Amino acid sequence: MTEGTRPVLSCTGISKFFPGAIALDEVDLTLYSGEVHALLGENGAGKSTLIKCITGAYRRDAGTIHLQGQAVSPTSTKESQALGIGTVYQEVNLLPNLTVAENLFLGRQPTRFGLVSYSRMQTETARILKDYGLAINPAEPLSSYSVAVQQVVAIARAVELSGKVLILDEPTASLDREEVELLFSVINKLKARGLAIVFITHFLDQVFEISDRATVLRNGRVVGTRELAQASQTDIIHLMLGRQLESRIQERAPAKSGKPLLELNNFGRKGTVDPFNLTIHEGEVVGLAGLLGSGRTETANLIFGVVPADQGEAKLRGKTISLANPRQAVGHRFGLCPEDRKTEGIVGDLSVRENIILALQARQGWFRPLARAKVNELAEAYVKTLDIRLASLDMPIRFLSGGNQQKALLARWLATNPDFLILDEPTRGIDVGAHAEIIALIERLREKGMALLVASSELEELVAYSTRVIVLKDRRQVDELTGGQISTGNIVKAIAAETNREVA
Amino acid sequence: MIRSTHLPLLVTVLTFLVAFALCGSQYPSMLTTRVVANLLTDNAFLGIVAVGMTFVIISGGIDLSVGSVIAFTGVFLAVVLRDTSLHPLAAFALVLSLTVAFGAAMGAIIHYLDMPAFIVTLAGMFLARGLAYVLSTDSVPITHEFYDFLQSLYWKAPGGGRFRLTGVIMLLTFLIGMIMAHRTRFGQNVYALGGGAQTAKLMGVPLAQTTIRIYALSGGLAGLAGIVFSLYTSAGYSLATVGVELDAIAAVVIGGTLLTGGTGFVAGTFFGILIMGLIQTYIVFDGTLSSWWTKIVIGGLLFAFILLQKGLTWATTARRKPLTDFAAP
Repeated sequence: MTEGTRPVLSCTGISKFFPGAIALDEVDLTLYSGEVHALLGENGAGKSTLIKCITGAYRRDAGTIHLQGQAVSPTSTKESQALGIGTVYQEVNLLPNLTVAENLFLGRQPTRFGLVSYSRMQTETARILKDYGLAINPAEPLSSYSVAVQQVVAIARAVELSGKVLILDEPTASLDREEVELLFSVINKLKARGLAIVFITHFLDQVFEISDRATVLRNGRVVGTRELAQASQTDIIHLMLGRQLESRIQERAPAKSGKPLLELNNFGRKGTVDPFNLTIHEGEVVGLAGLLGSGRTETANLIFGVVPADQGEAKLRGKTISLANPRQAVGHRFGLCPEDRKTEGIVGDLSVRENIILALQARQGWFRPLARAKVNELAEAYVKTLDIRLASLDMPIRFLSGGNQQKALLARWLATNPDFLILDEPTRGIDVGAHAEIIALIERLREKGMALLVASSELEELVAYSTRVIVLKDRRQVDELTGGQISTGNIVKAIAAETNREVA
Repeated sequence: MIRSTHLPLLVTVLTFLVAFALCGSQYPSMLTTRVVANLLTDNAFLGIVAVGMTFVIISGGIDLSVGSVIAFTGVFLAVVLRDTSLHPLAAFALVLSLTVAFGAAMGAIIHYLDMPAFIVTLAGMFLARGLAYVLSTDSVPITHEFYDFLQSLYWKAPGGGRFRLTGVIMLLTFLIGMIMAHRTRFGQNVYALGGGAQTAKLMGVPLAQTTIRIYALSGGLAGLAGIVFSLYTSAGYSLATVGVELDAIAAVVIGGTLLTGGTGFVAGTFFGILIMGLIQTYIVFDGTLSSWWTKIVIGGLLFAFILLQKGLTWATTARRKPLTDFAAP
């Protein structure tokens, strides 16, 4: 398409090391004028790190960046902005308390006699935003407009300041369809103006809709760059997830699921997860598969009442129950190990012992403290059965390794003897040994008759322990795989399937 | 054009006008230039310090040290003028540079050590008050002909009101403060800081410089307020102006500035000061009410304005318009 023309931005051999990890390993990225280039990859693949290296937020450890043939080394976002590389983030980085015009011109206001000239600022703003298809009042505070409008203003600011390369980091994550369309029309206008645009998103449909090329990162390496006109969604997903994707048949205990435990009918929340039906039986592990942003975590949170559902009903053993908040869920003997262990799971400064008994104590009520002896007995029992390695039960949990923290969190919920346990990314960020132990633990719990719902981006892992896999896409259930159907290949196929059929 | 952000300011102005009209209907003699002139003179030091406080609060911070700085300034001036032959103007310059440096130092600590403004300025409050005690624990009278000269400057309005120099200084401070807040890049940066420091940084606002300037401004204006206060009382006393920082904060909030930072008006603070002064004047006129009623009414007003702010914040987010209305032809 644009072969032969000189690239606007070319990065070669970018590497970035963090203590104990290689975040980027010899990454190359080339951007041409007038192209939209999608940057894809699962969480932790190195997309943000790459962007931060390009914009100077991080110092790269190796590699060169050429902007229009000139070698550049920005050391701050401000410097890269001045060079011509502008960035717009998912959460709008503008000031909601300032007016639209003030946001657009902050730091470079037109002045007259040393004083800011408001009239000029506002006419200029109106003129600029008109090019972006917006007719809004520049004198209104930014907060009175929707996120999409704010997003466009942010883009306008970035382009006005920089004007060569525009990096859009998940700009559509919180927009609805109509708003995405407005954003895309703006992107197309900028493309026509000759900007090189980097588009980061988790929505593959959007990638194919707007982008010319895509570079896929995995574990800090570029695994491929494709002209999207000649690639299919399946190709891209294979690149993104493609561990050993040959579908190996797992030795799986026959799905001898027991009585239905939890029945969700038309359960959902507007803007978060489309309504779905789901029945979970005793002694069953239901896997939730899907790309990032497909609604895995949202589904888990919805069932646990972290985000209350606004439609549908939940039945526990045939009786209608309310799941409006986590307290009620805990009362029904549910448990949730959240995805973000550090901020939503552990209480870092409390001891391991306190962290383990937290949920049990919460359910019992704060005015009936557990006996000290009972606490010790419980904590010690779980440390032993789960093989949590620690120096002492009194040490603050934040000093434990990721895998041990995760096991302590599991212990927290197991101590409450739950009927239904939701695990969101139970193996993220933990070492291989602990990984296998947690998978074995999930198996054991299932055999004991517990119902589990596990959301994970590790497909092999899901295949290994699930008796059923629900495939999510764009916050909607798109497929359900059972028994022998469960394989990584089939999950990928279901994610890539263009059809939007709902689960019956 | 009336915008939602201007509503708190409008409410403040209306509150003042209604209160003034009510006072006037009960005590017609309150509608004289004499009362107005005294309102300005009596509240001059509070008004000046409240201008600085407005900047601090708009930036999302707080400055608890200003009351102590006023007292320190008064004692410093009194002691210097008693013990040395320094001209008052030189003493003014000296004390202003001291208070500006004091404020700047607090700003630097707040920014570079990433400490809450509350605790840093609380330390500053004790420090300044302590320094005032070190200079003198007694009330030191100021007797200098230049002071007499400054105090004799006034413009006698028809009706007998005497508009004194200190009132004029306050009005000038407000005027300059308004221009600084709304028409300079520094002012814009202050609002940006109040909207979100991290975002402001990403948008290229020099955080260190802005924070230091804000507290230097507040310190300097507290120094100026101290000078005005010493002109008002002709003395320096280390126990004076205890709790003035809280009065200043109250005036700022009644003036429609959000305590969380980001929105507010220097002009609103002016009316906040006038409202507080008016309540005091009313109580003097009434004669039977305890002066503590001032505090009670101010407390009630504060509550009302906080509720109003909360309601407005809620209303603006709730009526966020859908996108499709804005597509340009």
